[in-house]
Amino acid sequence: MPVALPDATEDELRAIIARHADLEGALLPILHELQETYGHIPAASAPLICAALNISKAELHGVISFYHDFRDAPAGRHVLKLCRAEACKAVGADALAEALLRKLGIDWHGTTGDGAVTIEPVYCLGLCACGPAAMLDEQVVGRADAEKLDRLLAGAGA
Amino acid sequence: MKIYLSQDSAAKALCAEDVAAAIRAEAAARGIAVELVRTGSYGMVWLEPLAEIDRGAGREAFGPLTPEDVPALLDGTLPGLGPVAEIPFFKRQTRLTFARCGVIDPLSLDDYEAHGGLAGLRRALDMSAPEIVAEVTSSGLRGRGGAGFPTGIKWDTVRKAQGDQKYIVCNADEGDSGTFADRMIMEGDPFSLIEGMVIAGLGVGADKGYVYLRSEYPDAIAVMTRAVELARAAGLLGRAVLGCGPSFDIEIRKGAGAYVCGEETSLLNSLEGKRGVVRAKPPLPALEGLFGKPTVVNNVISLATVPVIFERGAAHYASFGIGRSRGTVTLQIAGNVARGGLFETGFGMRLGEVVEEIAGGTASGRPVKAVQVGGPLGAYMPVSQFDTPLGYEEFDGAGGLIGHAGLVVFDDSADMLGMARFAMEFCAVESCGKCTPCRIGAVRGVETLDRIAAGDGAAVALLHDLCATMKDGSLCALGGFTPYPVMSALTHFPQEFGQSREAAE
Repeated sequence: MPVALPDATEDELRAIIARHADLEGALLPILHELQETYGHIPAASAPLICAALNISKAELHGVISFYHDFRDAPAGRHVLKLCRAEACKAVGADALAEALLRKLGIDWHGTTGDGAVTIEPVYCLGLCACGPAAMLDEQVVGRADAEKLDRLLAGAGA
Repeated sequence: MKIYLSQDSAAKALCAEDVAAAIRAEAAARGIAVELVRTGSYGMVWLEPLAEIDRGAGREAFGPLTPEDVPALLDGTLPGLGPVAEIPFFKRQTRLTFARCGVIDPLSLDDYEAHGGLAGLRRALDMSAPEIVAEVTSSGLRGRGGAGFPTGIKWDTVRKAQGDQKYIVCNADEGDSGTFADRMIMEGDPFSLIEGMVIAGLGVGADKGYVYLRSEYPDAIAVMTRAVELARAAGLLGRAVLGCGPSFDIEIRKGAGAYVCGEETSLLNSLEGKRGVVRAKPPLPALEGLFGKPTVVNNVISLATVPVIFERGAAHYASFGIGRSRGTVTLQIAGNVARGGLFETGFGMRLGEVVEEIAGGTASGRPVKAVQVGGPLGAYMPVSQFDTPLGYEEFDGAGGLIGHAGLVVFDDSADMLGMARFAMEFCAVESCGKCTPCRIGAVRGVETLDRIAAGDGAAVALLHDLCATMKDGSLCALGGFTPYPVMSALTHFPQEFGQSREAAE
């Protein structure tokens, strides 16, 4: 996850859209690259995407709002995903998450006051034999406990 | 000296990268030549990070390793586990689909071929399309994603369908909690999936494949993307498969965090760039699938099993298993469990044998209370059902389902009403919204379970009614199967819902 995200210029947005526009089913690849580049889907990209793919604003909004991954505003500088699914619950994920959220003073999807980290729920990271599982940006963490999470968050500047 | 170290996500999550760095640093400090080969995982997650050292007399396993173990590892003084094949958890398995996983460098096509890879495809290239499909049909392979539909029949429908364009779509949206077989094979033996998709393309006359891979698996995305590039460079994919076959190519597409996209029709909508809303069937995707074209949608494990069926022959594959459940099941043992991981075995082993003998019971050391089999939409099986043999029909008969073969073990501290409530909550969060029983039923389910938790016994009848409506009236398995965990928790643990056992039954 980039630390300082660039502001989008129209040329850059057009370039990203053009890179994928000829794919079959181009919309998700376009949205993924926009989000990887800017940390969210910039509002300025909407009319450009609609024109490139010949879809309506409503269709685009429908897609962006359907998927948990896409944001219309940037998250914190880092995103910590905590697994809430059954296999991790079986080894204490609920208590771990509750304690962390209480400590940070935020709820699920919330961002710490300094903008360092956003906490998101995730339903399975495929680390079900070494739960509770977590993922900081793209770094996977198994057998998470309060101490490991503290260390991760300290490393992320939170 | 050659050291093999797993780089599967589970190993990474348990600090395999620190161990790798320590091995490199220690080898450099000692001035010794160590070739560090990164492999997939054998699936013994409690032993990860697991390394093997070959000092010329075969591979000896060590684990779980910490960076502090590395000097002793290189000295040869660290107590080891012996050869992997002799570790009891491994020795009891029948590894067909996962034969190479853990053994080879996942991104070495040479390694892949040296361990039996591409032999199946070469055989398929000499067969006609109907023969290819017949081979899959006679292997008895059924959809490993959960539905258990016979793969050969699906392929034959697509083969016979008219269309200028056909597709092979691999469902790698493995969202079920307690499952990680797809992730492991994609990270540990990606060419087996690619080879399986190519054979599927030959069998049905498709020249384009998509792997719809969930965004929660960044490591698997990286390995699969690289494997496709390498396969193209080597001529395994492209204009003429292996230089002599028809054209076939694969694209990796990343999901966007919607659980329901693991449902095949919603996955197809997502691939098309739409909301991942479920489609009513008919039409079947086999006839009108991706962009309205005939499409094979198969799970990762189904497709990755195809090469070994062609390599060893359908009869060999079908010689394992029981009843109509042929071949091997790739069990994923998870949750509160002493020895968790991937266990591949012929269908037929009893649930209790897996949980108690293979997995060694709970990690907490407390008694097992229940095992949820088949993901978040699967039933909670209490210890009294541990005699159930692992087979599609056998589990159905016991009021459960095998699903993608994930087993999540809970100890006696589990709150079953809480788990039932979570099943409804999860369904409400992940519902695509198309059908009412799922979209509204799940929300009402959470409310009803809250009433029961608050002591309102009259709400239990309502829960029964609601679950029946969801089961019968939902368009797909999300709303249709959420009643499995809810009703199984109520039936087997009625006292936690304020009921006597007689009242619940």
